[in-house]
Amino acid sequence: MIDRLDQIFVLLKHWLVGYLPGEWQAAAGVVVSVVVIIGLYPALFALTTVLERKGVGRIQNRLGPNRVGPYGILQPMADGIKSLTKEDIVPRSADAVVHFLAPIVLVVTVFMGFAVLPMGRNMVLVDMDAGLLFYFAMGASTELSVFMAGWSSRNKYSLLGAMRAVAQMISYEVALLLSSVVVVMAAGSLSLVKIVEAQNHYTWGLPHWYIFTPWGLAGFLMYAIAATAETNRSPFDLPEGESELVAGYHTEYSGFKFALFFLGEYVAMFSISGLGSTLFLGGWSAPLAFLTWVPSWIWFFGKLLVSMCVFIWLRGTLPRLRQDQLMNFAWKFVLPMCLLNLFVVALWRFIGDGWLRWLVCSAILVLAYVGIGWEGMSRKRLGARSYRYAD
Amino acid sequence: MGIAFYIISALTVCGGLAAVLLKNTVHCALALTVAFAGLALLFLRLDAQFAGFAQILVYIGAVAILVVFAILLTRGSDTPKDGVFSKTWLAGLAIAAAVFSVLGWAVLQAAPWLPHETVAPNVTVNQIGEALMGRYVLPLEIVAVLLTAALVGAVIVAMHEKEGAK
Amino acid sequence: MIATPLAGYLLVAALVFAIGLAGALTRRNAILVLIGIELMLNAANLNLIAFWRYGPHPEAMTGMMFAIFSIAVAAAEAAVGLGLVISIYRHAKTTDLDQINRMKG
Repeated sequence: MIDRLDQIFVLLKHWLVGYLPGEWQAAAGVVVSVVVIIGLYPALFALTTVLERKGVGRIQNRLGPNRVGPYGILQPMADGIKSLTKEDIVPRSADAVVHFLAPIVLVVTVFMGFAVLPMGRNMVLVDMDAGLLFYFAMGASTELSVFMAGWSSRNKYSLLGAMRAVAQMISYEVALLLSSVVVVMAAGSLSLVKIVEAQNHYTWGLPHWYIFTPWGLAGFLMYAIAATAETNRSPFDLPEGESELVAGYHTEYSGFKFALFFLGEYVAMFSISGLGSTLFLGGWSAPLAFLTWVPSWIWFFGKLLVSMCVFIWLRGTLPRLRQDQLMNFAWKFVLPMCLLNLFVVALWRFIGDGWLRWLVCSAILVLAYVGIGWEGMSRKRLGARSYRYAD
Repeated sequence: MGIAFYIISALTVCGGLAAVLLKNTVHCALALTVAFAGLALLFLRLDAQFAGFAQILVYIGAVAILVVFAILLTRGSDTPKDGVFSKTWLAGLAIAAAVFSVLGWAVLQAAPWLPHETVAPNVTVNQIGEALMGRYVLPLEIVAVLLTAALVGAVIVAMHEKEGAK
Repeated sequence: MIATPLAGYLLVAALVFAIGLAGALTRRNAILVLIGIELMLNAANLNLIAFWRYGPHPEAMTGMMFAIFSIAVAAAEAAVGLGLVISIYRHAKTTDLDQINRMKG
């Protein structure tokens, strides 16, 4: 019974597909899964916009939207109707073809990433041998759409925003890839299904998630930083900083195309949080051994929602980083720590089981963090912290 | 031949043609990206998944963006006054046509003797990793040194020269 | 579905190579010459992978390894080449190859 609840979507799919003749069943199964993904994630996006506006509002000591439904729940419907009925303005000097294609390319490449995420036991769309590589290949293609949007608008602010966004994305792409390579080294495979299965074991009730190892924690933190930067979220949202660049690379977009950019950004956040939880947080596996009766897809989407809440929390709390600060951070701190992490995970496997490897790996990582941090701060001459009050 | 092969080949060839014929340089770079994507799809058809994904990641994710940045940094988006083709364009076109005819003739002559499709090789990433660390470790290390040298060289070549006061 | 013969892939590769060559020889902008060169390298990669797939020993992976190394080297070459183009632009204030002819005659 528990097993059937766990596999309920797979069983539903097989039942639906069973109505068709034999040779069409495989293709129909894929079509059903694709339709579900394309329907589910925009629905989650709608929920997340309300969550974000209410959450950021509460952090900033104000209520969020509260007019449209009870507690503002129906706000996404209002937003959807608004964006669909707004006039679609294309500037006269804009490059019409590229201007039209940019949001389409973004949404297509972002949705392709979901093809390899295992959303539950046996619930992956395509079990590719090189699944992680496919995901990063799709992620790399999103940068091109950002550039297309900024350049085709023939607007200095858009171009500036696009250049900043692309520079930021390629810098943090390296950090994202390197912090994921440690997981590949530990699991021995690029297939996301195998990575989750490698983490699905329990010792004394606690899971073997990679975040509970020293290199896994370091990798997860760097992955989280790089993921925040890849999706242009605060504190790395200078490319779309409202107070700086109007709206950055999507200044000249209105109506449905702007909604597509917005959708693309949030769905990219879902996608990258899903990958992060697959790589470091055990994907669909339960946190404690006695909780395995809860269906696997509940754990996956629960971790996804927790990641979204952390993203929203970061947005409300941290100030924005300047362009040179974030580039410095990427190349001078995150990248050396990622390279050191590769060495540490090799050492972890080399030393073998026991307490020694925990001690050695944690010591190396903590010393490196403290050392690089000290060395980076020593050049800044910061005075004592002072406060100014309003009286 | 499968219909998919025709469609992907048409996409690639049109992308290549657009990349060399269009007036606006940024449009050429974007058409080049389409050609790269078409080639990646052809690699996937040939069961070389790793090469296909690496092609997308490296070429579309890095080289195309590099080309675009270079175009923007050198004001390539302004169309030159005397047209975009050089004065000796006819000679270049003739040479390219000659090369294509020689290659095409060679392929068509040899067509009856070319091997037919074998069973799809099941190449796992595991095997690629073992090959890279086993048989091909020397090329791997040399490519690593080459990439480091290219990285340092490109930075130095493109760096602003500090000549006295700015 | 009838399998695609090897000649089909080789012809596509030859066509893309010729297009890249034409682009490299006829365009004025230095960056478009580099674009032509990238197309030529890609066509050669397609050739390598097609021969690997249809050849006698696909499990030895020689063709695919060669293609992967070629991708890496081409990326390095694109980086250095574009750095050179930027450097020349800074010097000659133009990327028009017909005007960079100081060493002629």
